[in-house]
Amino acid sequence: MTAPAVGSAPAQPQDAPRRVSTVSRKTTVALGVVLALYAVLLLLVPHEGSARFALSTPSDFFQIPVYVVPGMLTAWLCGAVAAVLVVVSAVATRARRRTPTWVVGLYAAALLIGFLAWAAAGSPRDLSVVGLLGGALVLSVPLVYGAMTGVIGERSGVINIAIESNLLAGAFTAAVAGSLTNSPWVGLIAAMAASALVSLVLALFSITYRVNQIIVGVVLNVLVIGLTSFFYSLVLVPNTETLNATTRFERIPIPLLDRIPVIGPVLFDQTIVVYLMYLMVPGVWFALFRTRWGLRLRAVGEHPRAADTVGIGVLRTRYRALLVAGAIGGMGGAFYTVVSINQFNREMTAGAGFIALAAMIFGKWNPIRAALAGLLFGFATNLQNVLSVVGSPVPSQFMLMLPYIVTLFAVAGLVGRSRPPAALANAYTKE
Amino acid sequence: MSDTPKRSPESSEDPLDEQLEQVDPAAEPGLAEELQQERARETGPADQESDDRWQDALRRIASGGWAVSLGAVLLAVLAGSLMIVVTDEAVQDAAGYFFSRPADTFAAVGQAVGGAYSALFQGAVYNFRADTFAAGIRPLTQTLTNATPLIAAGLGVAIAFKAGLLNIGGQGQMLMAASAAGWIGFGVTGLPFPLHLIVAVVAGMLAGALWAGIAGLLKARTGAHEVIVTIMLNYVAYYLLSYFLATPGLMQAPGSGNPRTPPMQESAILPPLLGERYPLHWGFVLALVAVAVVWWILNRSAVGFSYRAVGENARAARVAGIDVSRATVSVMLVAGALVGLAGVSQVLGTSTTGFGADIDAGIGFDAITVALLGNSNPIGVLGAGILFGAFKAGGSAMQAAEGIPIEIVLVVQSLIVLFIAAPPLVRAIFRLPQPGKAPKKKRPTTAAKEVSA
Repeated sequence: MTAPAVGSAPAQPQDAPRRVSTVSRKTTVALGVVLALYAVLLLLVPHEGSARFALSTPSDFFQIPVYVVPGMLTAWLCGAVAAVLVVVSAVATRARRRTPTWVVGLYAAALLIGFLAWAAAGSPRDLSVVGLLGGALVLSVPLVYGAMTGVIGERSGVINIAIESNLLAGAFTAAVAGSLTNSPWVGLIAAMAASALVSLVLALFSITYRVNQIIVGVVLNVLVIGLTSFFYSLVLVPNTETLNATTRFERIPIPLLDRIPVIGPVLFDQTIVVYLMYLMVPGVWFALFRTRWGLRLRAVGEHPRAADTVGIGVLRTRYRALLVAGAIGGMGGAFYTVVSINQFNREMTAGAGFIALAAMIFGKWNPIRAALAGLLFGFATNLQNVLSVVGSPVPSQFMLMLPYIVTLFAVAGLVGRSRPPAALANAYTKE
Repeated sequence: MSDTPKRSPESSEDPLDEQLEQVDPAAEPGLAEELQQERARETGPADQESDDRWQDALRRIASGGWAVSLGAVLLAVLAGSLMIVVTDEAVQDAAGYFFSRPADTFAAVGQAVGGAYSALFQGAVYNFRADTFAAGIRPLTQTLTNATPLIAAGLGVAIAFKAGLLNIGGQGQMLMAASAAGWIGFGVTGLPFPLHLIVAVVAGMLAGALWAGIAGLLKARTGAHEVIVTIMLNYVAYYLLSYFLATPGLMQAPGSGNPRTPPMQESAILPPLLGERYPLHWGFVLALVAVAVVWWILNRSAVGFSYRAVGENARAARVAGIDVSRATVSVMLVAGALVGLAGVSQVLGTSTTGFGADIDAGIGFDAITVALLGNSNPIGVLGAGILFGAFKAGGSAMQAAEGIPIEIVLVVQSLIVLFIAAPPLVRAIFRLPQPGKAPKKKRPTTAAKEVSA
């Protein structure tokens, strides 16, 4: 995040950003609370037996045998590691330093492994790590694309509550265009166009007519849900074969890379939409933070009047940003109907746009972090699926709840007050 | 933890003074300020002027008057008609030979659109085909029944708006309220009629308030963005209720495998307002009381003043001695109780035969549109709630009679809100006079005032 430094004290350009970042006990407290909950869980529901982790798939270069570990012992060991990390965090906070990121990362990894060991203990089935991670990646694709839509739009100063409608419009159009032409590529491009159109409406009302951006976003969601559901029931359902049966993108394994154990099948045996996502996230980051276009876009989002003064067309920049953002969101929408399954269903995005919005805020308006947040959500959702196969002792509803609770803790403890672009939600009028 | 910990020494001299000047006590609080709190925290001086722009735009929206509202409704209805026409089979057939007999096409168009809107009206207001007046007026009571939760939840979203918070958590708050009220309603036995009902209603509203209060507390104590928190709480509430409903002994009806509760007891049901033959129940009266209470809170009470002050400019409110954290938490509690009332009226009034995890029926999200259309003021929310209730009642009738999917109602509703929010567009379409000159004349005078101040 380079942008926030712009607004803070010019007197101490070196120290100011560091001072501004809060050194508080929140992180330590949040880590401690989660660890306590984890310990309570282990104590209340002891789960004897051993857990089996399968790391390999048959096509790998070399085979890793299935790891069999004693469940409870591993869980407590991981808990102990996490406890040490909480202490490290506490010491750092006492010394008025921030908790290092690696501590939080290790802590999360330790608790996760411990939790998996506990949950899978006693199950005769192997817990497939590849299935867990691969499924997580796939589930997070629309979230990551949606989060990119949000990041670009909001960096330019336009709130996008309507990511859901970008995704839904993309999914619908991809289904129709893909079915008519039997080509997923046409579906993908049509989805990008439709989603850009949705963003154009957002831009028209929020930039040109200066309607409150949240109003436009909320209303657009309702509008697109209404339109797609209406035409779905009246047009798609009676003509399913011609209008709502797409050809899906095939998986394209990347030679050699796909045979690396664990990483290969997870990352390099995917569809083109996923590979495009690998390029998209760093691409968006680069475009926003290393190009003239991105600098101008962020300037418009932080301080439109200053940007205008130096000759940047504020409205034009925002329009362009929203159109690009919309097109990217359309790819996420296309994922539903030309990658995941081969037809459109009523309201099939099921709130993914709001999760993408949360991922964007979680990621503090930074494309890389937002993408990681999207992956986290995908992972948590898939964790539930995998554990239900292994036979988790926790009721499935609580597993499904887990990602959202983790997010609550993360937002309250680790992220704290997130800082949006300064001119967010402000319409701009030239003097 | 204070509300704005980032106010480090080096930034303490920032535009506080100017912000204070900016807060004009006469200025109308409005929708444009929902994110004021976020903005005000970090904005530089330049943004304040654009605040003025917003108020300018708002003033124009407010002065738009009936012409614009009428135009907006007309446009939305036209768009709806277009959708009906495009998908109507009779019209498609007739359009096939349009150039030989164009009159057929127009007749088919008229029939499709006329049939749809007449079904909508008869389903929402008065059924002309009924034998008696008493039967004919039944759709109107259905409209008011549908409006009840929309009004209550709309108030909950609107009052949070006034304090600069976007409460997307209506779904979760409704579900928690419905769980609590429902659990008291079917689970507690032996209480006499009004007492049982009152306990259930209060429990429901409390549950809604607490659920929203979590979001308020997290926002006030840690700065967690209320949009994320309320969205997350929606999911948590949904799965929590699903768990309750799927677990025998908690809320699942005994002897049933379905995730539904048993029916409510007689003593906990909101009695019908106009007799058994109409669906309308006392929940509507509670919603009306809520409108009055919210009006009083916002316009006549010190608490309400602090909400509006925080919503307009949190920093200025803090300087003026208002406890921003407390206002944030308390407004969310009030908002949650109001949304909770919507959940309560659903389980104790509308569907008393037990409920599942879909009891919120999307009302939590509809409430946002209701609050927007009602411009976040209680009377406006009442009107918007009744309008949307009518659309809902009429939409079902239209679906049953004409086979037009009820989702068209969503399209018309959202277009109305969109057009009402953009008067210049509506004026341009209908060639109404653009009040363009007036603001231009005003602008120099306001600028001059700022300079002199």
